[in-house]
Amino acid sequence: MPGATLLGQAVLSGVFIGALYGLLGLGLSLTWGLLGQINLAHFALAFLGAYLTYHLSTVGGLDPLVTLVVIVPGFFGLGVAMQWLFTRFRVSPLNSLLVTFGFTVIVEAVIQSIWTADFRRLESGYASINLRVGPLFVPLPELLTLAIAIALSLLAWAALRYTDIGRAMRAAAEDAPIAVAFGVNERRLAYLLSGACAALAGAAGLCLALSQTLAPAQIYAWIGVIFAVVMMGGPGRALGPLVAGIVIGVTEAVTMAVTAPSWAPVVSFSLLILFLIARPAKA
Amino acid sequence: MNVATRWITALVAALSLACAAGAALAAPSGKPIRIGSTLALTGPLAATGQVHKIVGEIYVEQLNAKNGLLGRPVEWIVRDDQSKPDLARTLYEQLVTVDKVDLLMGPYATGAILSAMAVAQRYDKLLIHHTFGIPNMAKYERQFPAWSMGPEPQDTVPNTVLDALAASPKPPKTIAVVTSKFPSVHFVALGAREVAKKRGLKEVLFLEWEFGNRDYGPIAARIKEANADFLWVGALGLEGNQLIDAMKKIDYTPKEQFYMYPAPGPMVKSPDANYALATTIFEEHPPFTSNPQAEAFIKVFNERAAKAGLPDTAVDTQAAASYSAWQILEAAVTATRSLDDKVLANWLKKNSVATIQGVLRFNGPNNYGDDLSRVKQVQNGRWVVVWPKEVAAPGAKLIVP
Repeated sequence: MPGATLLGQAVLSGVFIGALYGLLGLGLSLTWGLLGQINLAHFALAFLGAYLTYHLSTVGGLDPLVTLVVIVPGFFGLGVAMQWLFTRFRVSPLNSLLVTFGFTVIVEAVIQSIWTADFRRLESGYASINLRVGPLFVPLPELLTLAIAIALSLLAWAALRYTDIGRAMRAAAEDAPIAVAFGVNERRLAYLLSGACAALAGAAGLCLALSQTLAPAQIYAWIGVIFAVVMMGGPGRALGPLVAGIVIGVTEAVTMAVTAPSWAPVVSFSLLILFLIARPAKA
Repeated sequence: MNVATRWITALVAALSLACAAGAALAAPSGKPIRIGSTLALTGPLAATGQVHKIVGEIYVEQLNAKNGLLGRPVEWIVRDDQSKPDLARTLYEQLVTVDKVDLLMGPYATGAILSAMAVAQRYDKLLIHHTFGIPNMAKYERQFPAWSMGPEPQDTVPNTVLDALAASPKPPKTIAVVTSKFPSVHFVALGAREVAKKRGLKEVLFLEWEFGNRDYGPIAARIKEANADFLWVGALGLEGNQLIDAMKKIDYTPKEQFYMYPAPGPMVKSPDANYALATTIFEEHPPFTSNPQAEAFIKVFNERAAKAGLPDTAVDTQAAASYSAWQILEAAVTATRSLDDKVLANWLKKNSVATIQGVLRFNGPNNYGDDLSRVKQVQNGRWVVVWPKEVAAPGAKLIVP
C-alpha cells in the first residue's frame, strides 16, 4: 500500500490537474449548453492564449498574470467575431463541430508558423515557488490555476443565477422563441456569451502556460478528457466542469499512485460511463 | 629551352589546370535524379521533422554543388505526411506511381517508416531511413537503417548505460524503471529490466503509463518514495521534461537518471535536468567534430536551424542520422554508378559506409550493424558524451552528483 504522504501528494496533484480540466471545460460547457455549439476551437483558443502568455512574458517582459489584461479583451473580441460568423452563415450545432475543427487546424498552423513545432516552456518566477503543507508540496502555478478555476467558475455560476443577463441566457437556451417574446435579445446575448467563453479560454491558456510545456499538437491531447469533464458536469452548468474535473483528476491520480499509471485513463472513462448510466437524464 | 618553348609549356600547363579545375567544379547536367520522401512537417512530430528537412536540403545543395549524383543534378521531392503513418503510406505510393521518382528516402519516425517500408517492399524499392526505433520489425531486405543502434538495442543500450554507471565512483545497487508505453521506448525499458536483473541490480519500482499522459505528479511521487540509486526513464520527447518538472514540484532529484529519447534541446536547457543521462550517436564536440565533413555540416546546420527559428540548433542524433542516410545513399550510387534499387541494396549489404557518426555496416540481422550508441550527460547546460571513454568529450567524465 502506498504511504500517506504519497497518497496525499497524489490527491493534491489530482485536484490541481482537475482544476485545469475544469477551467478548460468551463467555456466549452457554456457554449455547448447555452448556445448549442460544440466548440472544438475552444482548445485552440486556450493554446493560442498559452502561447501569447509565453510570448508576452518572455519577449515583452510582462508578468504572466498581467498578460490577462491584453489577452482577455482580445479573446472576447475573437469570440464575438466567431459568433458573428456562426450567425451570418447560420451554422447548425452539428456543423459547428466541423467549422470549429477547421478553425482549430488553422490556429494550430498559425501557432506552428510563429512559434515553430518545438516545445516551449514559460520560465516564470512563479514556477520556482513551492509551498509546503506538512510533508506535502504545493507548487504555486498549480495553486494559482486552482484559485483561478474556482473564482471563474463561481463568477460564471453567480452571473447565470443572479443577474438579469444570466437569467436571460438560460431562458434563451431553454426556449428561445418564448424568451424573445419576453423581450430577450437572443443574438446580443449570444455575442456576449461567445465572447465571454473565448475570454475564459484565454484565461485557461494562462494556466496552461504556467504549468505545462507547450507544443502546437498538444491542442488535441486534452480533447478527450475535457469532453468527459463537460459531459459529467453537464453542458451549460458553470460549476459542473470544475467538480467533474476534480473528480476525474483525483481518480486518475489515485489510480496512478495505487496501481499501474497506465490504468488511469481506463478508470476515468469507466467512471464517465457509469455516471452516464446512473444519471442518463441529467448527464 | 628557348623562350617560345617555355611559353608553349606554360600555356599547356595553364590549359591543363583550367580543364582539371573545370571538370572538378562542373555543374551537374542532364535529367535530374529525383529522390522522393515524406517528412512530418506538421503535427506532433513536426519539431523533429523540421530537423530532417533542413538536413536534406543542406545535403542536396552540397551534392549539386559538387557535380550531383552520377554527374546529374539531384531533385528532392519532399511531402508533408502530417505525422500520420497512414498518410505517409499514401504519399509514398504517389511518389512511386505518380511522380515516378528514381529513388526513395525514408520519412521520420518509426510509424511512418513502417508505412514507407511496406510501399517500398511492394515496388522493390530501396529504402534508407533515418531513425527507426524497433529494429526487429524492419523485415524488408532492401531497407537500410542510418541510425546505428544495432539489431538488439533493448540489450545493448542498457548494457552500455550500466557499464558507464558501473565505472562511476558510485555504481548503483537499486534501479527504478518507469516508462511510457510508446513502442520504441517501451521495449528498451523492458530490456533494461532484464539487463539490470542479470547484472544484480535490485528493481525497486516499475511503472508504465500511456503515451499522452498529462499528470506526472503521482508518478513523480512514486519515484520519490522508491528513491532508487538509478532511475531509467523510457520517455519520448516532451514526456521526459514533464516528468522532470513533476519531480521538481515535489522537491525531488533522482540520484542518477537516464532518459531514453528526450527532447534534447528543452532538456539541456532545464536547470533541473543537470547530470541527466541519455543516449546519442553524435554530439558537437571532438572526436565527432574531428571529421571535416561533420565540422562543415555542423556550421551550416547551426545557421539554417537558427534561420528557421528552431530553439535548439545543435546537431545530435536526429540530424546526424539524417545526414548519414544521405551519405549512405550517395556512397551506394557513386560506388555502383547505378540507380537500380537491387544493385544498390546488394552493394550496401556487402560494404560499409563511412558516415559522420562512424563506419556503418549492414550485414547483421535485418541489415543492422553495430550499436554505436554512446552515453551523454547534461553538464553545465550542454550535452557531453561521457561513455565509452574513447569517444568522450575532451576532459569529460560521468558525474554522479
